[in-house]
Amino acid sequence: MKVILEILRRESREKAPYVQKIIYETDDENETVATALNHINNRGDYKDTDNNPVTHIHWECSCMQEKCGACAMIINSKPRLACGSKLKDMGETVKIQPLKKFPAVADLTVDRSIMLENIKTAGLWFEESTKADETVGDISYEASRCLQCGCCLEVCPNFYTGGEFFGMSAAVPLTRIISAVTEKQKKDVYKAYKKHIYEGCGKSLACHDICPANIDIEKLLVNSNGAAVWKRHIGKKKK
Amino acid sequence: MSRINIIGAGLAGLSAAIHLAKADIPCSLFSLQISERSQSVLAEGGINGALDTMGEGDVVENHFNDTMKGGVFMADPNAVENLTHGAPEILRWLESIGVPFNMENGNIILRNFGGQKKKRTAYAKSSTGKIIMSAVIDEARKYEAKGLIKRYPHHEFIRLILDGDKCTGARIRDCYTGKMYDYSGAVILCSGGMNGIFPGKTTGTTQNSGDVTATVFSQGVILGNPEMIQYHPTTIGISGKRCLVTEAARGEGGRLYIERNGQKWYFMEEKYPELKNLMPRDVVAREMFFVRRQPDCGDRVYLDMTGLDESVWSRKLSDLREELIKYLNSDPKTVPIHVEEGIHYFMGGIDTDEYHRTNIKDLYAAGECTCQYHGANRLGGNSMLGALFGGKKSAETVISCQYDLSGDEYIPVSEYEPLAEIALPVLIEKISGILLSGLGIVRNKAMLENALGNLSSLRKEREYNHREINRFALAEAMLRGALERRESRGAHYREDYPEKDESYRKTTVARINNGSADISFRTLAERRSHESNS
Repeated sequence: MKVILEILRRESREKAPYVQKIIYETDDENETVATALNHINNRGDYKDTDNNPVTHIHWECSCMQEKCGACAMIINSKPRLACGSKLKDMGETVKIQPLKKFPAVADLTVDRSIMLENIKTAGLWFEESTKADETVGDISYEASRCLQCGCCLEVCPNFYTGGEFFGMSAAVPLTRIISAVTEKQKKDVYKAYKKHIYEGCGKSLACHDICPANIDIEKLLVNSNGAAVWKRHIGKKKK
Repeated sequence: MSRINIIGAGLAGLSAAIHLAKADIPCSLFSLQISERSQSVLAEGGINGALDTMGEGDVVENHFNDTMKGGVFMADPNAVENLTHGAPEILRWLESIGVPFNMENGNIILRNFGGQKKKRTAYAKSSTGKIIMSAVIDEARKYEAKGLIKRYPHHEFIRLILDGDKCTGARIRDCYTGKMYDYSGAVILCSGGMNGIFPGKTTGTTQNSGDVTATVFSQGVILGNPEMIQYHPTTIGISGKRCLVTEAARGEGGRLYIERNGQKWYFMEEKYPELKNLMPRDVVAREMFFVRRQPDCGDRVYLDMTGLDESVWSRKLSDLREELIKYLNSDPKTVPIHVEEGIHYFMGGIDTDEYHRTNIKDLYAAGECTCQYHGANRLGGNSMLGALFGGKKSAETVISCQYDLSGDEYIPVSEYEPLAEIALPVLIEKISGILLSGLGIVRNKAMLENALGNLSSLRKEREYNHREINRFALAEAMLRGALERRESRGAHYREDYPEKDESYRKTTVARINNGSADISFRTLAERRSHESNS
């Protein structure tokens, strides 16, 4: 298999970006964008199509099996995880760019710290002892699966860095809190949810379709909206 | 004001941070990436604690005995006593911070796991690590909002700052800006296992490079049992790494077989009628290795989950099934899967006492980077427990020291730091190849001497930078530990010494000496009487 990787490079935040094209060949049909990037960096002697050396490509990577969210980037115009993007499915030319809604650091690395800042502002924790028993277990489990990768924010028509709307990377984990929140904390959590999620969400559900962890965002949103805004019990099912 | 410096933001680091913060002690969490990217999120099957919610009459003493026996009596019994006695409280704490364990009638359900006769493993389907981490991260955030915990993602540990035999802080580099700082205060190392010395060959993450262990070893920190490497019996090869198939697959009824004379041979069930497929991991991995060598057997071992009930798949292993279908293009519900042993956990690492103190004053360590709790083989379900409990215990020791935190938090570093240069990946691959040639499931003197010879030749090939030199020293410690341990125990199997030898029921101690690794053995502590234990 032979592909052309078109990578948007950038030495640092201050430097201008440029496109570097690398011809990449592999016999392994399961190779992903992540393994290709690792391979190029590890070998260290790749040349681009203009015969310039390929310097170390900055990107974030950890689990290599779609469980940690580190390697989120835009591949062929779609935000996704590099380790879940098989080269054989990406066509002859694979366009690789950093996520665009976050400040650039270098190459494919962006600074996603706004996501953590936002959930801190939203008060994402339990103030008191609680319990997520089997009545809310499924909702809590699903809400605990968020990778904090940022793909949902990238496609969201309502989210921008610095805005009051925090997006689904905050709404999903907040649902975990809402599902088992104690009386004392309820008011604050619901208020934060209304302000930072409910009031800003246009319900495009682009997040639901893009989530690389395949989280059932629609279901979580319905449950959180129900509980935080309409005082409905979370996890309630039709008899 | 200075703070306690925690290196690593996985489960052990978070646990240490939360317990320090609960005591109003400020701390900083340094990690290459955010906690959500740590290896702890990959843990699957569960976490052990003798809660006895299944009515089997389980008690803490059983957990103690199974852990000691699983580790072939090479762990510090007092540390294991603390761990197993602390386990139910850890599980209750996780429940209280909202971890959605699989539950029934409001009680945590426990499942069977390897090396344990009673159901003792709490779980959240087979994504237990991820689900626990989400709750623990949120709990840490509560103290972050109060300013007690400061999170420093994209920050790399460069080296310890030592003053004689005392640790006074850590040199840290901000990977986004390249700037370096010396953070003052006691240090707790929670830097995880050494997967990066076997790139692409383990079930772990790429972040756990092994550099922290290699660096501190070269700075004089003693390592314990570096030869003890766990091969998990059931992994599958995916692009760029080994992918774990949780032990829960066997805990819930999965069976291992190999083709023998055209028939399925469920060899574990025949050889070990009591625990069957749930023998400790070292035993299962070794049996898989041996049956493949039999002339009447095929060369592939399969995990057969085709007999599992529909409810097991839907309630307990749905995530595992999805993952396997994704990677194998076949459904484990109907087709047995080809599994192989893969490097999964490092029982060996930084040597600490039961209070998590290292040989350097004011330097502590917890989690997989240490050699605490698991002896010669770790039981499934004890890793997250060891990380959470170890983090807590190290925090308690730090709290008892009542450190003066009145000094400066950090000072910027302007001098050249040679350890900022990375080890070349090509070299890491070469060292990995040498280590694998000596540290497989079955080892012998010739293999190990050959590997040490190759390592020494490679060392002479060119000039190396500091990190590379440290990697050589760590590799030497692992190989020499395996060479000097002339017996078979747990994960360390020597075909030239196939029996256990009581004179080696000791901790392997590796110490740097003029750039080289010296190996000695230290006698284990006796178990204190129950009553006098804290």
